[in-house]
Amino acid sequence: MNIVVASAVPLLGLITEPVSVAHYLVVGAILFVSGVVCMAMKRNALGVLMGIELVLNGANVNFVAFASPYLQGEGSRSLGLDGQVIALFVILLAAAEAAVALAITLNFYNNHATVDVDRADDLKG
Amino acid sequence: MSALPMIAGALIAAPLPVAAINWHSLFFLLFASVSCGFAVAVVAADNVVRMAFYLVLSLGATAGLFFLAGAEFLGAMQLMIYVGGTLVLLVFGVMLTAQAPLVAIKGSGRDRVLAGIVGVALLALLLQAAFSVKPWRAPAAGVVAEPAATPIGMSLVGVRVDEPAVGAPAANKRPGYMLPFEIVSIHLLVVLVGAAYLARAKRRKVPRAIEVAASVEPPASVAEHASIGRERHRSGSVLAGGRP
Amino acid sequence: MAEFLINTVRLPAWLAWSVTAGVAAALILNVIAGGALVFIWAERKIAGRIQDRLGPTRTGGKFGWLQSLADGLKLLAKEDLMPDGADGMLFRLAPYVSFCASFCAFIALPFAFDFIGQRMNVGVFFVIAVLGIEVFGVILAGYASASKWSLFGAMREAAQVVSYEVPLGMCVVVPVMLAGSMDLVTIAEKQAGWLTNWYLFHDPFTFVIFWVYVTCAVASVNRAPFDLAEAESELVAGFHTEYSGLRWSYFFMAEYGSMFLVSALAALLFLGGWNGPVPVASLLGLSEGTGDTASYFVRLLGMANLLGKASLGVLIMMWIRWTLPRLRIDQVMMTCLKYCTPLAAAMFLGAMLWQIALPGGLVPGLRRPAGEIREGWLPGPGGAFKVRSADVGKVVQVSP
Repeated sequence: MNIVVASAVPLLGLITEPVSVAHYLVVGAILFVSGVVCMAMKRNALGVLMGIELVLNGANVNFVAFASPYLQGEGSRSLGLDGQVIALFVILLAAAEAAVALAITLNFYNNHATVDVDRADDLKG
Repeated sequence: MSALPMIAGALIAAPLPVAAINWHSLFFLLFASVSCGFAVAVVAADNVVRMAFYLVLSLGATAGLFFLAGAEFLGAMQLMIYVGGTLVLLVFGVMLTAQAPLVAIKGSGRDRVLAGIVGVALLALLLQAAFSVKPWRAPAAGVVAEPAATPIGMSLVGVRVDEPAVGAPAANKRPGYMLPFEIVSIHLLVVLVGAAYLARAKRRKVPRAIEVAASVEPPASVAEHASIGRERHRSGSVLAGGRP
Repeated sequence: MAEFLINTVRLPAWLAWSVTAGVAAALILNVIAGGALVFIWAERKIAGRIQDRLGPTRTGGKFGWLQSLADGLKLLAKEDLMPDGADGMLFRLAPYVSFCASFCAFIALPFAFDFIGQRMNVGVFFVIAVLGIEVFGVILAGYASASKWSLFGAMREAAQVVSYEVPLGMCVVVPVMLAGSMDLVTIAEKQAGWLTNWYLFHDPFTFVIFWVYVTCAVASVNRAPFDLAEAESELVAGFHTEYSGLRWSYFFMAEYGSMFLVSALAALLFLGGWNGPVPVASLLGLSEGTGDTASYFVRLLGMANLLGKASLGVLIMMWIRWTLPRLRIDQVMMTCLKYCTPLAAAMFLGAMLWQIALPGGLVPGLRRPAGEIREGWLPGPGGAFKVRSADVGKVVQVSP
């Protein structure tokens, strides 16, 4: 009985205790890993693109977490505004990257009638 | 022996009045689980349209996380540019290429296993790193943050207003972001031109009316044939306007 | 309200906040749902009158004003159909996505001085951003219906909405620049006073850009003459061809909700928000900030003002819809890229130069000085972050 209570209490701690940077880092890590796996596994070019978006978002979550004054404990210096500005640039560059990648994908589709990245081997020797 | 009632009993018996709930944490938990859950769903799904939908939910919940962290401007930016712009573009691309054989291209089983192993290893590494630094685990209490929209705007024109300006040691000075801002602006312009160039309408050999009529509905046989063999099919997409 | 529940009714804090949130959400929901009922009836009446008909006359008395309730009952009783080849999950979810986006944007919309779901530092931006998500429901509906008409409607909508967000954003930036804040409450407060304080009449450039905003707003909520996504003469009913019953009505509530939203945004940004053309309250010596019954009355008056202006905007949209013919898709794109965007950019520059050259306005004394007090961000002595600069009518110079 005591063991069960002890195992339930840390989970309750998630709700009762304030959020720290580590919480956000966990979310960022999961997003990042999902993105990496998505990029590696998907054969649809648009699926690969979605993986890239996830990776960039994982990074953004980390930046925001380090920048946030709500989450930092005493004695650690938060990134402050820099983190948010960098995340802003990441979002902008992600939009630019998506536009170009989409144009490339559509061109590929027009020429090859497929979006399977494994079929993009025209330059292979 | 039944564990479930015991856990339920423990939950009820545990000293947890509703007043003890930290609402910030509760909402964090909500957004974080939506964000992570749908990120994993993106990986797990095969249908590319569903993947796009899950991605929208995941990134939307991430915007919620930004709001919770006090980055209001960034959250709204995420909603506007990422969810409202980039992902609409992505879904647009999905719909332009969503022919039956292309909607669900499955990877091989070997790839999946490998990717799973690498993913779990990477996740373990990152989690270990996340919990290894002590100050990262100690949350701040009672901080009231200034809204950051104005400082961000000012820093983009090169003035930092979020730091003690007078009497601070020079080492603590943080630079403005005028130059990166300009670089990103030029970069966006170049990307705009480049993307328009890549996706432009090529020289046409058939009159446009006929071509549009042909491209609106690619014959199923052509698409199937092309997906089996390597022939270039005759009709381009509506967006690109023709075959090269 | 939460303070009232905690202090007077003696509820525990968490319950008080939950009740408050629930009441706020219910009120906003009622604005959308009740508004949709009224506006659908109004649309039918206006369409009738413009086309020299009577419109609904039977249900509920002489003016047929129970018509939309009867319609609602009919929709409830309809069978919920789904095409054979449809993607079931996405098909079912799509109407809710649309409706949620339209509903969420109301969170940051102030109805009066402090009648607001959640006051946000980036209110304008948030509203525009969330409104942009509504298009996702339409795209999903179009794809999931497994119908050519739906898919075409959805792709048109995607192209149109993404394009029109650019000039819409530029139009919205002008009042933000004039007020020096993205907070909707602040922007509306800066226009307090007489009619002449409204940003519509601030300078000629804002007057022009207001009409650009109207065009873009009509286009971004898919109303005629920009309703290419549901062009019934070509695409049957566009993206909601395959929908019926309650799900279909969710799309409609989303449409009327966002119509109301862009109208309210126009009222807040250009037409003085909850400040009427004549400052009745301040002439009577009442103010809205004090918290007694009189100030409550002032706020109610402000809310009536805002709702009136927003409803007027919706009525004008209906008038436009039943007057103008529908554009072709290339004409829609041309309107956006060749006219609206350059015009908005030029007007933005013009408004900026005007603000630098003639900060006091053409006729000094007409404008209330309080409207011109801006927050400066001069790094003052002692590291003061925000310095209130009371320089009347001066653009705050930022030292590099």
